[in-house]
Amino acid sequence: MTTVLDPTSEVRPAERALLQRPRSLDGHVVALLDISKPRGDVFLNRVEERIVAAGGAVKRYRKPTFTKPAPVDLRHEIATQCTLVIEALAD
Amino acid sequence: MPVLPDGLVAVVKRECATCELVAPLFADLAATGALVVYTQDDPTFPASVQAVHDADLAVSWHHDIETVPTLIRVVDGVEVERTVGWHRAEWQRITGIDDLGADLPEMRPGCGSMSVDPDLEHVLRARFASDGLAARRVEFATAEDPFEAMFERGWTDGLPVVPPTPERVHQMLAGTSRAATDVVCVVPPDLVELSVEKVAINAVMAGCRPEYLPWVIAALEALCTDEFNMHGVLATTMPVGPVIVCNGPGTRAIGMNAGINALGQGNRANSTIGRAVQLTVRNVGGGRPGEVDRATHGNPGKLSFCFAEDEAGSPFGPLAQSRGVPDGRDAVTVFAGEGPRCMVDQLARTPEELATSLAAMMVSQPHPKLVLGFDAILVISPDHGRLFREAGWDRDRLLMELSSRLERDAAELVRGHGGIAEGLPAGFADAGPLAKYRSGGLLVTYAGGGAGLFSTLISGWVNGGTGSDPVTVVVTY
Repeated sequence: MTTVLDPTSEVRPAERALLQRPRSLDGHVVALLDISKPRGDVFLNRVEERIVAAGGAVKRYRKPTFTKPAPVDLRHEIATQCTLVIEALAD
Repeated sequence: MPVLPDGLVAVVKRECATCELVAPLFADLAATGALVVYTQDDPTFPASVQAVHDADLAVSWHHDIETVPTLIRVVDGVEVERTVGWHRAEWQRITGIDDLGADLPEMRPGCGSMSVDPDLEHVLRARFASDGLAARRVEFATAEDPFEAMFERGWTDGLPVVPPTPERVHQMLAGTSRAATDVVCVVPPDLVELSVEKVAINAVMAGCRPEYLPWVIAALEALCTDEFNMHGVLATTMPVGPVIVCNGPGTRAIGMNAGINALGQGNRANSTIGRAVQLTVRNVGGGRPGEVDRATHGNPGKLSFCFAEDEAGSPFGPLAQSRGVPDGRDAVTVFAGEGPRCMVDQLARTPEELATSLAAMMVSQPHPKLVLGFDAILVISPDHGRLFREAGWDRDRLLMELSSRLERDAAELVRGHGGIAEGLPAGFADAGPLAKYRSGGLLVTYAGGGAGLFSTLISGWVNGGTGSDPVTVVVTY
């Protein structure tokens, strides 16, 4: 991992804006990101069932801890392998 | 770095359901021994004990609090163990109180600490980080190519840039005695305060060496003046960009090129100083082609256009000196200029012939019928300069001789005359002889390889209050 300093005025966030939601799941690979809160996996298991039933493909991922943003390597992996992301939040 | 007191230390915030859940326990803990509770947001929370308000988040930051509540056990000033969130077994073990929180649920996760709030990260880093660098950190994944990542973020001028790691930026900052937090100027078009640190970051990206940094800073100081009007220089549809002329012994010390191909590629100092200035305007100021920069064609010099004068060989004295800088001082002059235009004369053998020849070429830029409204830089080559030197022509003499040869009768310059629509408004028809350049509008410089009977003209943008005036700034180290 490389860390660099931001050369800009920093008036815009370092992350990019959200894309528009797609109208259907056809052709999409959905990342289900478990943020490691208790029983988040239970919720995501159910979400996976419904996505697959609706015609989408699913890949499962897990953050090491919910207290920090996802590691940049994990984000890169999701970005290169999937087209949509769902995170399980809260308890 | 704030030291934690011995005993038990808890860090909480009111805006956390788990902190509210465990708040009543603090009365029990305080009763059995030393306990200090730090509250991140509301100093009246918890009600159960007298809390310390970690208002500036110094304690939380320095002790890596990521979750609230966090419970820490400290012995002789050293952290021995900690637990985050509420986990009854863990709290009982750390505190040694077997029935602590018996009536509470077995566990509850905590909430994010305010000291890791992404919106506060750069503020807290500027406040506390011992590395002295305040800029936001951007992380690239291991599998990501940092060069591609920087292209994708729009940080480049179309060419790859050097990743500005903290280490490289630290090294760059060693090139100046100014503090990283010093504000150099306010950069258009977004009117952002430009810190020395941000200049250093862009200078690293440009490929500068640390000893170039003071030159980059001086050029930006000149660029961001009302007189230079960088916003206008960006927004114009004309092709101009900053042209940086460097003077002083420092140019030799950092290895700038004043000789063969001085206006071209190949010299690191020339190329990267100009590039760092442009990258700063792009990244910090927000001035980018297609956005505020509306140039129809632009010119390749907008990547970088920076050169040094050959002062040892010049019969004219340094440009900076002619503009008021004491002899021997390092200085930059910034000029809103287009691409260079070669002026050929391989047959003149007297200074008068050469002056007449140059004037015939200069009069055409940016249009033969436009006068007084545009400045220019003249770069006299050594082969051409020899004629002037041997005749004893100094700067003032050359300017005078060119000036008289550049005069045109206003009647020939008015719009429509000669079948050319462009020109001066009709009201100028009786104005008589007009100078090509306003007083001080022609900047004479001397540079180039030893062979070549050519000089160069760098024509400018609109001058004066509606346009841009050249600005000279002394380099400070």
